[in-house]
Amino acid sequence: MPSLPVVVPLIAAALLLAARPLATYRRTLDLVAVGTSGAVALILGFLIFRTDHSGSYWFAGFHPAHGIAVGIEFTIGPLNAGLACLGATGMTAVMVFSWRYFTQVGTYFHVLMLTFLAGMTGFCLAGDVFDMFVWFELMGVSAYALTAYRPEERGPVQGALNFAITNSVGAYLTLTGIALIYGRTGALNMAQIGAWVDRHPPSGLVTISFLLIITGLLVKSAIVPFHFWLADAHAVAPTPVCVLFSGVMVELGLYGIARMYWSVFGPGLGHRAAVGHVFLALGVLTAVVGALYCFRERHVKRLLAFSTISHAGVFLAGFALLSPLGLAGAALYVAGHAFVKGALFLGAGIVLHRLRSVNETWLHGRGRKLPVTGVLFTAAALGLADLPPFGTFLGKGWIDDAAEAPAVTLILLACTIVSAGSVLRVAGGVFYGLGDPPREDERMAAEANEETGETDTARQRTPLSMLAPLALLTVAGLAVGITAMDPHASDALLAAAAQFQGQPAVKPADVTVSSVVTGVASAGGAVAVGLAGLYWRRLPVLRSLYEPGARGLGLADRFQSGVINDYVTWAIAGLACLGGVLAAIIR
Amino acid sequence: MSQRQRLILFSVAMAGLAACFGWAASGLPGFGNYPGPYGPVILHDAVAQTRATGVVSAVNFDYRGFDTLGEEFILFTAAAGLSVVLRRLRGEREREPDREPETDNSNKPGTSAAVKVPALLFTGPTVLIGWWLASHAQANPSGGFQGGVTLASALALVYLAGEFIAFRRLSPVMLTDAVEAAGAGGFAVIGLIALAMGLPYLDNFVPLGTIPGSVSSGGTIPLISFFVGLEVAAAFTLIIGEFLEQTLLIRRGLWITSRSSWSPGSSPSACMGS
Amino acid sequence: MVAWILAVGLHGIVTSRDLIHQIICLVVVQSSTYVLLLGVGYVTGGVAPYFYDISQRAKAVDPVVQALTLTDIVVEAAVTALLLSFAVQAHKRFGTLDPHELVEFRG
Repeated sequence: MPSLPVVVPLIAAALLLAARPLATYRRTLDLVAVGTSGAVALILGFLIFRTDHSGSYWFAGFHPAHGIAVGIEFTIGPLNAGLACLGATGMTAVMVFSWRYFTQVGTYFHVLMLTFLAGMTGFCLAGDVFDMFVWFELMGVSAYALTAYRPEERGPVQGALNFAITNSVGAYLTLTGIALIYGRTGALNMAQIGAWVDRHPPSGLVTISFLLIITGLLVKSAIVPFHFWLADAHAVAPTPVCVLFSGVMVELGLYGIARMYWSVFGPGLGHRAAVGHVFLALGVLTAVVGALYCFRERHVKRLLAFSTISHAGVFLAGFALLSPLGLAGAALYVAGHAFVKGALFLGAGIVLHRLRSVNETWLHGRGRKLPVTGVLFTAAALGLADLPPFGTFLGKGWIDDAAEAPAVTLILLACTIVSAGSVLRVAGGVFYGLGDPPREDERMAAEANEETGETDTARQRTPLSMLAPLALLTVAGLAVGITAMDPHASDALLAAAAQFQGQPAVKPADVTVSSVVTGVASAGGAVAVGLAGLYWRRLPVLRSLYEPGARGLGLADRFQSGVINDYVTWAIAGLACLGGVLAAIIR
Repeated sequence: MSQRQRLILFSVAMAGLAACFGWAASGLPGFGNYPGPYGPVILHDAVAQTRATGVVSAVNFDYRGFDTLGEEFILFTAAAGLSVVLRRLRGEREREPDREPETDNSNKPGTSAAVKVPALLFTGPTVLIGWWLASHAQANPSGGFQGGVTLASALALVYLAGEFIAFRRLSPVMLTDAVEAAGAGGFAVIGLIALAMGLPYLDNFVPLGTIPGSVSSGGTIPLISFFVGLEVAAAFTLIIGEFLEQTLLIRRGLWITSRSSWSPGSSPSACMGS
Repeated sequence: MVAWILAVGLHGIVTSRDLIHQIICLVVVQSSTYVLLLGVGYVTGGVAPYFYDISQRAKAVDPVVQALTLTDIVVEAAVTALLLSFAVQAHKRFGTLDPHELVEFRG
């Protein structure tokens, strides 16, 4: 049973490829893809609530003897099965959305999506470091190919190259770390390596193996300074695919880091609090950088991508608190975020489908003819701003409760306000024509007609098969929050987080007044930022700030240079810094 | 960043990384002192448990067969991705003249007989070796990958002999796709059969045979190896074929530079190659 | 040794002005993992783990890393093929293979 979420999409992919002569029956393809991902989501949903079992599944029946694993293990807990289920649910929504989205789509799109799904679930469930790497690579290869799905345009080709090379470097460093730890422990099973690490004093080998293994995951989860590729790839990948990239793939990288820490290396690193602080700082830095880039972006998909970077920082901060409450908060936040971010990308997809552009400036006021999409997009943007009762507000509230540091709370709050405010600015400007009409400029005109190849020419109305997934994802974002407010659900989530970390759950997670207040304040602040972004020309204070701000933007451009060489250099520099800091702590 | 800045930053960072590496390596046992326990346990049990004398194959196709499944599908995905990325785009198709590629051969210099004859001579033995390699994983250092790559290189030899048309005839995309799907899917289905029999996924459900290393030994190992061979051969044939096709396309000047070359009225939508 | 191969490959990626060269440098980076994997599993005086015509009790090197390396090689082949196809398209779209000249995104 636990093998099915991986194997079923793989077999479906092979079947679809074999059945290419029948590819004219497009609906059959869609049905197979939707059915497969839906079935996978159901199986995973069943696995989350399965309590009769220890959660270990040994492939080919090679059970460990005397504590030595000879086969490959799947370790199924509520958290990782839940994350995989989130991926499969998102995939189902995306496949429904794609039903009428693409002009012409061959079998290959479905094949790649299904292998992507298999990679995600395999990565989540694997309890073996090398097996994790294999599924990580399958996910990566599918993602690279999906990014370059429209090779007739320049953007996708460059985005895919940046994505693939940066991530491959990270993945090979991960493999180097795996080889190093294997060379000492002679084990690939996570629990077994963890037991070995637990028995031995902290050492350079363990520390550096941990660092190298998480490098690939840091790149995938777009933590500063490993993040540069993300905006390039997300801006050009087909919009439905972005839903999964932003909503699930980035979070999978973070899950991998958490898994490596808690299941394998955590006990052996000593000085837990200090290590946690390093990752907390990294998370906060990522949140700030992502929010700032988000605010200055006018390309809607890129803007959403930067907001994902900002949120990835918040998630990392949640993990880095090293408490069950922080992890439970991050998990809940990931779920809430995945749904609303997915909804936002689908909204952007509908805009692209109907209006043939994703340039915020050009689109100003042109979205008025899409009222339903506008309402849903705005609702999802408010969800992104942690408005209660979206799942995001409670997740963020738990992270704040766990942090017990007002400074962290305030910075993360500011980041959410700025990044969600930028999205609200888009919503207000595009769908309601708020703010001053923009001046036409050259870059805008050039960008306005990008991306036209992805979807059909403008239709007269939005198909239901596109609106329904958008609405469902938005509602799901709400449902996550409402469910989590139920004490039973929140206790179960907290217990799952504690189980993941191998520690007892200490205090119950409540809906505190402060989290509701923070959520409302966050949403209010985001609306204010959004309005300020729309009406800044009328506010003299902001105008006077514009000049120095513009100079800063030039500097920002130089970092996000689009040159692979730079991205790899920054990644290596970040790795060396992180290595230095960890070495200083462990020694 | 300028090249200089990049180089400075890289050098500093790499020095730090090298120091980290040295620190880590100091914790490794000396070269040649692999401590185990994974390897020794496998070495001790493999022949008895799987009746395969090729222990690496036993690890690949039995103990860690699930890794290999993922790896097959990475290759499968890469081949599918390649077909997407290198498909004939609309502009490229429209520019294509109606005549068949065959007529093109007349004005190209033929391949020298010194290349042609040995290449064609070696094709047969290469196919044989590939087949043999793919079907003896349980016995010796061979297996599906080695065999599959060798099989694909046999087809590359056909191309080398200047017979691109023959290469395409021998490996039409439809067929390679089907073989690829059969190889990768077959592997996954073998695992599923075990599941249907109430065993764990990929369990070795075929009788193991009595003589270690013989053709009938190893249970599912030779079976999986065979499917892997199919998959690898088809994937590499597909990859080679796609790149060769691109070479032809570029040589004939049929490619388009960017979307600006589209006429404004036409819908520049992506088309799948046939 | 492994660190050197890794450093050479990374240096190549960082300084490269040609995508094909850059991709090959990526292959060099990955090659360092083969050497490392095979290196950590080596046993002095061990034979290859194939017992077709030798005793099963002979001292042998670790078979697991060899299997991992095989997997690693296939991954490399797949990724490289895909990357090269991107490079082909990049050359068609941008008319150059210099990563510094691929200018669709700046900022």
